[in-house]
Amino acid sequence: MSNAGMSAGAGAAIDIALSAAQAAPGASALEAARLALARDLRLAFRKRGQLIQPLAFFALVTMLFPLAVSPELARLRAIAPGVLWVAALLASLLALEFLFRDDAYDGTLEQYALSGQSLTWLLFAKSVAHWLLTGLPLALMAPFAAMSLGVAAAAVPGIIVVMLVGTVALSLIGAIGAALTLGMKRSGALLALLTLPLSLPVLIYGARATQLAIGGSSFIAPLELLAALAVLCVTLAPLAAAAAVRISLE
Amino acid sequence: MHAAAKAVVVRKSLGGNPVPVRFRPQADQGHQLRVTNLRKAAPQGAEQDCGYGANPMNLRDSRAVPANHLEAENLQLWRGDHHVLKGVGFTLSRGECLQVTGSNGAGKTTLLRTLCGLMVPEEGRVLWEGRDVRTDLPAFHSALMYLGHEAPLKADLTARENLYYWIGVRRRTPGAGLDAALSRVGADACRERLVRTLSAGQKRRVALAGLALMFCPLWLLDEPTTNLDAEGQQLVGALMAEQLARGGAIVVATHQQLPAAVRAARRLEMAA
Repeated sequence: MSNAGMSAGAGAAIDIALSAAQAAPGASALEAARLALARDLRLAFRKRGQLIQPLAFFALVTMLFPLAVSPELARLRAIAPGVLWVAALLASLLALEFLFRDDAYDGTLEQYALSGQSLTWLLFAKSVAHWLLTGLPLALMAPFAAMSLGVAAAAVPGIIVVMLVGTVALSLIGAIGAALTLGMKRSGALLALLTLPLSLPVLIYGARATQLAIGGSSFIAPLELLAALAVLCVTLAPLAAAAAVRISLE
Repeated sequence: MHAAAKAVVVRKSLGGNPVPVRFRPQADQGHQLRVTNLRKAAPQGAEQDCGYGANPMNLRDSRAVPANHLEAENLQLWRGDHHVLKGVGFTLSRGECLQVTGSNGAGKTTLLRTLCGLMVPEEGRVLWEGRDVRTDLPAFHSALMYLGHEAPLKADLTARENLYYWIGVRRRTPGAGLDAALSRVGADACRERLVRTLSAGQKRRVALAGLALMFCPLWLLDEPTTNLDAEGQQLVGALMAEQLARGGAIVVATHQQLPAAVRAARRLEMAA
């Protein structure tokens, strides 16, 4: 194992490869973001329990409503939008706690902040990973949950689109909350307290758009508002999260 | 090719003779950098004895600043009521190593984190190549590598994956380079093992592999020899000597003796 024990030839080969790597050019911002994203995805698939937890929560909550409220389809259909969105909001909140916590503990965030790359950009990549791991699966699960609540199959495309757009905003708003509560030991309750009020517009427009989609009418107006919220979050949330992370590193 | 040849020369010389050809200890200029951490802060802009006893040039005023020149001016920092950095100042040029010593809680880590820009001092500034680092933090950060006392590794990734993502965010690193770095630090066997299964010393070695890959002008190391066996400590010394030999600068916080290869480092004593 020791360097002394290595043959001179192997040592020289190592040195040549090392020198080549040391002379490598800096990574572009896009490359850095791709790696930050890929790292989070790979880590998530190594820790499947953490990945499945919010999705299982969403499925359970939506399945419990028919049992608790009434098996009457018309009634279930009426509450379906609200149930779907409240469950999605809480499920995404459940996953938020892990967004930056491990990275803060093991020094990854510190290395990101000192990488010479834009921290805003790297945190955006992390938020995209979070959306891919929670928002996207939630949007894909939503039609099944909706159908178990008596929603017609015709509404499925609308539900998926609304969920996809809304969860983008949820992930990014959540990133701000997660970054702000980084320094705290038991941050769960505070995280909810910070994030839920900010998420209310998403909840309101999301539920309204879903309701219209289920009713078979045009849901473009609330969807546009939802999309505007998502764009706002995409542009501003990473900046706010980066500022919060910098403060937590001090 | 030239760079490769040079690296070989340095390494060979480290095998038997601890001092590589281009590395000259500055023992004759005195180890003590200058009295720092004074209770009363040095007045801003006061003439500083930079430790260049033999150098008649006033580096700061003439602006004849050598490249890779790190300078701290009268750093003052409080943590709550605790005055941690009490007017720390020093200069460091190419190929020089500064050892920050002091008892636990004296502020060694705080100093390193202030130098790299993670913490903002209440007063004073850090200059890199004559410019305040706050004016262009990203440029300064791409010139430095900070290694804290915890290795920045993910428990659920293998050693090689960790290096790939960690270093890859900063520079395009070929796979052969990653393997070479792991071999260089004697962590070959850990390559495909999850970091959670590694011992503390092995983790430290993987972190050192990251250091070996990052050829940047400034290293800030916090207790780099923690958890390492005697051979690992020599490895730290060899890596540091290589960094100095190619003209890089190092600030290392440790209360242990530095490895023999960099024993001639200047010292900065932090008073608790």
